[in-house]
Amino acid sequence: MNEHEQYAEDLALYALDALTGDDRARIAGHLATCAACRLEVEQLRGDAALLALSAAGARPPQRARQRLLDAVAREASAAATPALSQSTRKRGTPSRDSSPRRSWWGVLGWAAAAAVLVFAASLWKENAGLKNSLASASSREAESRRQFEELRKIAAPILEPEAQRVTLVASKTPPQPQGKAFYLRNRSSLVFLANNMPPLPPRKAYELWLIPTSGAPIAAGVFKPDAHGSGSVVNPPLPAGVEAKAFAITVESEAGSATPTMPILMMGSGE
Amino acid sequence: MLSSEPQGISTDVALVTGLKSGDQGAMAGLYDRYSSVVYAVALRVLGDAGAAEDVLQEVFLQLWRRPSAFDAARGSLGSWLAVITRNRAIDSLRKRRPETDIEDVVLSVSPDLAKDAERSRTAEKVRGVLGGMAPAQRSALEMAYWEGMSHTEIAAKTGEPLGTVKTRIRAGLMVLRKAFQG
Repeated sequence: MNEHEQYAEDLALYALDALTGDDRARIAGHLATCAACRLEVEQLRGDAALLALSAAGARPPQRARQRLLDAVAREASAAATPALSQSTRKRGTPSRDSSPRRSWWGVLGWAAAAAVLVFAASLWKENAGLKNSLASASSREAESRRQFEELRKIAAPILEPEAQRVTLVASKTPPQPQGKAFYLRNRSSLVFLANNMPPLPPRKAYELWLIPTSGAPIAAGVFKPDAHGSGSVVNPPLPAGVEAKAFAITVESEAGSATPTMPILMMGSGE
Repeated sequence: MLSSEPQGISTDVALVTGLKSGDQGAMAGLYDRYSSVVYAVALRVLGDAGAAEDVLQEVFLQLWRRPSAFDAARGSLGSWLAVITRNRAIDSLRKRRPETDIEDVVLSVSPDLAKDAERSRTAEKVRGVLGGMAPAQRSALEMAYWEGMSHTEIAAKTGEPLGTVKTRIRAGLMVLRKAFQG
């Protein structure tokens, strides 16, 4: 824990839910990436639980027991007749094992999603070009428009803000910040999807960089995570045909930067 | 309370397993074991018997609906229930949305509260430790814990600097930890 002494007091407050606002968000962001501090929070909660014991002594009224058991019996029989249970369930009553409030991700396998997405993105670009081309025969244009609409339907759940997103991780593992870049070099087409990104201070944003096989990193778009930590970059302007060795993320001011500011937060090369 | 109290943690596990298969008798057993812990915590926070009984009901119903939210490998059920109860009661007291999903509440190994005798002994010991604390430290801890005050609110109320409040709260928890270690 020595290297995290700076966090020690904030972690104690966090464990008691006595930390609020930006401080809380900052610690939550740190905890998402630090197992040692998560363990300390658990220990602190255990220490705090001892305080709960100093309240020992009072006994609940007798009737409370039967009230609970009656409620349990009602729920058990409602669960046994599922068709009925939808209507008898009160609004606002959580259902058994209801889903957690985290962000969720993707329905398709990543490979399938990637292929569809990059094709969709490149068609978007192509469609924009086609619309400007006077030489397009109307039938070709109609066909492209049809294809475009088709692919937009497929890409919508992946890119629309209202989409439900799922991150699946091994049990008992908190989701980590994650980014996926899909790049089609011959079309200079890039789609980037991020989730579980820690919140940023005001007027800051994450910037994506394409690291070429030679030369300086190329700015590839700026994004801010939404309330769930998800963000995306779709088809930023890029020089034609650049071969990508890797992609990386840094934090910059929200207007973006022409050169990356250290440290590099996340990085990856091809799968 | 009962004439023959079953063994602690292993029975907790058996009871929670029973909950997972919808055994209502297991619910009754868990209620008999831990209702006094839950009720006492709720009453301390809310100061109102009716409100405390509502929280008692809510906590046990939550356990009935989501028994898998409790992970027996990480902490005792009694302590976990105490934490959940305190959080729910504070949320009710301060009229705010729950900040933490109950599945996110994980405790490291904590004292076994299944047996009444053990619980009274632990309660006595905690009260002793609190009594021995510097008053400012104890009251900062209790304001955060029982009244759900944030560190800025405590600083405002006591007139102490934020940094002092933070240090006091952490130090207070460390005193409790050391008293129960080993």
